[in-house]
Amino acid sequence: MQAYLDQLIKDGAFAGMPKEVVYAIAMVVVALVVLSAFVAPLAGVTSWLERRVWARMQSRVGPNRVGPQGILQWLADGIKNLLKEDLIPAAADAKLFSLAPYVVFMGFLCTFVVIPFGGSLIVADLNIGILYILAVTSLVVVGILMAGWASNNKWSLLGGMRSAAQIVSYEIPAGLAILTIVFLAGTMSMQGIVRAQGWGPWDWFLFNNPFTFAAFFLYFTAALAEGNRTPFDIPEAESELVAGYVTEYSGMRFLFFFFAEWGNLYVIGSVATTLFLGGWQVPPLPIFENNPVLLGIAQFVTFFLKAYLWVFVAMWVRATLPRVRVDQLMALCWKYMVPLSFVCLLGTIGFMFVPSNLHRIISAATLGFAIAIAIIFFMRVVFQIRSAKPELYFKPQI
Amino acid sequence: MNETAPIETGFYTEDMTISVGPQHPSTHGVLRFVVKTDGEVISEAIPDVGYLHRSIEKIGEKVTYHGYVPYTDRADYLAAMFANQAFCMAAEKLAGTEVTRRGEFCRVIACELNRIASHLISVGTFGQDIGAMTPFVHALRERETINNLMEEICGARLTYNYIRIGGVGYDIFTETCNRIIEFLDHFGPIVDEFNRLLSGNKIFIERLAGVAVVSKEEAFSYNLVGPNLRGSGIKWDIRRDIPYSIYPELDFDVPIGTAQVGTLGDSFDRYWVRIREMQESVKILRQCLKMMPKGPAIAKVPKKFRPPAGECYARVEAPRGDMGFYVVSDGSEYPYRVRIRTGSYTAMSIIDKLSKGIMVADLIALIGSLDVDAPEIDR
Repeated sequence: MQAYLDQLIKDGAFAGMPKEVVYAIAMVVVALVVLSAFVAPLAGVTSWLERRVWARMQSRVGPNRVGPQGILQWLADGIKNLLKEDLIPAAADAKLFSLAPYVVFMGFLCTFVVIPFGGSLIVADLNIGILYILAVTSLVVVGILMAGWASNNKWSLLGGMRSAAQIVSYEIPAGLAILTIVFLAGTMSMQGIVRAQGWGPWDWFLFNNPFTFAAFFLYFTAALAEGNRTPFDIPEAESELVAGYVTEYSGMRFLFFFFAEWGNLYVIGSVATTLFLGGWQVPPLPIFENNPVLLGIAQFVTFFLKAYLWVFVAMWVRATLPRVRVDQLMALCWKYMVPLSFVCLLGTIGFMFVPSNLHRIISAATLGFAIAIAIIFFMRVVFQIRSAKPELYFKPQI
Repeated sequence: MNETAPIETGFYTEDMTISVGPQHPSTHGVLRFVVKTDGEVISEAIPDVGYLHRSIEKIGEKVTYHGYVPYTDRADYLAAMFANQAFCMAAEKLAGTEVTRRGEFCRVIACELNRIASHLISVGTFGQDIGAMTPFVHALRERETINNLMEEICGARLTYNYIRIGGVGYDIFTETCNRIIEFLDHFGPIVDEFNRLLSGNKIFIERLAGVAVVSKEEAFSYNLVGPNLRGSGIKWDIRRDIPYSIYPELDFDVPIGTAQVGTLGDSFDRYWVRIREMQESVKILRQCLKMMPKGPAIAKVPKKFRPPAGECYARVEAPRGDMGFYVVSDGSEYPYRVRIRTGSYTAMSIIDKLSKGIMVADLIALIGSLDVDAPEIDR
């Protein structure tokens, strides 16, 4: 991206403009393009898909009226919410109240800067990429706390306080799980981490050793908790706190919170993909040799599908699990996940001293273990279908 | 009650008073609790009832005996059949009317189907209170089948007005019986699936085990009835202990709490009793459908129903426990007094005691596990 811009400047495309101004304008343009062409439809379609997937799991139909199969439902919802009155309660702290959604939104949006969609498809390959993601996602908690406090509503306050405690706690296991990968890759740059892995599952950091395998699940759980997803959705637990910190919000401001939530799902998935699942790595096929565009598309599609798999898993978890209680949430974090992630970290450090032949065997064993888990899972599914005799319905359209 | 506790630093803490309800997602209707909390921990939760009062008891004095049956539907619209039956039993007792044998079977079949439907709502919404959305929809899907069956039996899906004085309004056809058996065959595995999805879930158990424990003595002294009482380990079921209708001829168990995941009488025990009661109802329904005799479904009852002066109390085992109708007759066409005793109302009284020291999330679990139902509380 930057190299291309430098080339343009050298060719004199922006004659008479200082280099910094060109960079700034390019940043804004890229941000706008990413926001309008990728993030907004992504979050929107994710919201539609979640409702559809969820509906199927609950033997319902889900939204299917707006557009083919209801795929434009998110646009209809967005327009409806834009046209609504921007309501600020009289007792609320108006400035903080109106600012809070944007802080939450910004915290999630900034992460897209360093997400490596492909070998050359990245806005800025910062050398502290993963640290940057950890830092900006922490902004979300500020926004949620602002929303909870400024609403001047007791439910909102409870939700905001729960959220603050939860997100701050779960940063630690998430950070430690990420640190295992940083040790293995020897870099914090997102592209560097992806390049340290290979295209095949045996080269992924997920199956590097048993400790990274555990660290992946620790990261995913902690990320769900940071993203306020079930089973950790206690800040907006609708059966307890009505709607938590969004109780007083309506219209577009309300939508911004959920926009951030659904977009954040994709961020969780893509960080997991980058760190553990080999990112955009594709097999070195001969057709990619002299065709960088095709290569880029293949890399993007690979990355997107891997990341979206985890979005789907998050939806699935949401449809399956009940919600934990506040004290259980904290106990889970501090009593189990933090010590376990320390174990993972130390174990991975230990593995860095294991001779490479032995290391290969252990990697293969970890991969085999994962495949065994998958087989057991499918056997459970078959058992479930046999015993409950559901009416199987394979038609994708309804 | 806002006790302030000044600390040296000059900070002080204050109890927060929250109004849970009348419009709150997990009070299932218009219930209200005035909750005082210290952060997440509740120090007091005072139930405030009366938002759904419809004077059903007073209406009873203004309509005829036959005309009052549809009103009883509304006392507890999740289990309308039981209020029908309790009132009709009271009226029959006053007048000395004999119910036909086929009528009794029809009553029990309709009631037990209704019990399954009511318990499905109860355990489904309970799961939703705990945060699991899917079991709720699955439970409602099964209840929808029951509603279809009910529509076949009596033409209504919610407020049945099926049980009449002297028997039932409409006979149950053989085709409907076959369809009920079909449903029962399908429902057995569904309960197992439901258990795999919700009851066996680690998070679900952790949320309920040892939460809001009702001891045997407390259950007695607060007059809990039905699954709430049995959850505390007391084997008391009107169907078994004060038998009515054809229940003495039927073979069924009375499930009680067994403290399998926590303390005896905790929220999970009350939930688990309901799950097992559904399975017992399936058993009862199968027996009834097998034993069903031929004959008229309703006895000859005069249109102008005038029971002799007197009073009586009839009780049935409704899904929310002992439901009783106290009817006083002065010999006229209209009841002189009608009073209803319902399980949810007494269950409400124990919430204040149990809620001390538990968390906000536990209060929701407690309300759900007692299965209190707003229309039944206020009548």
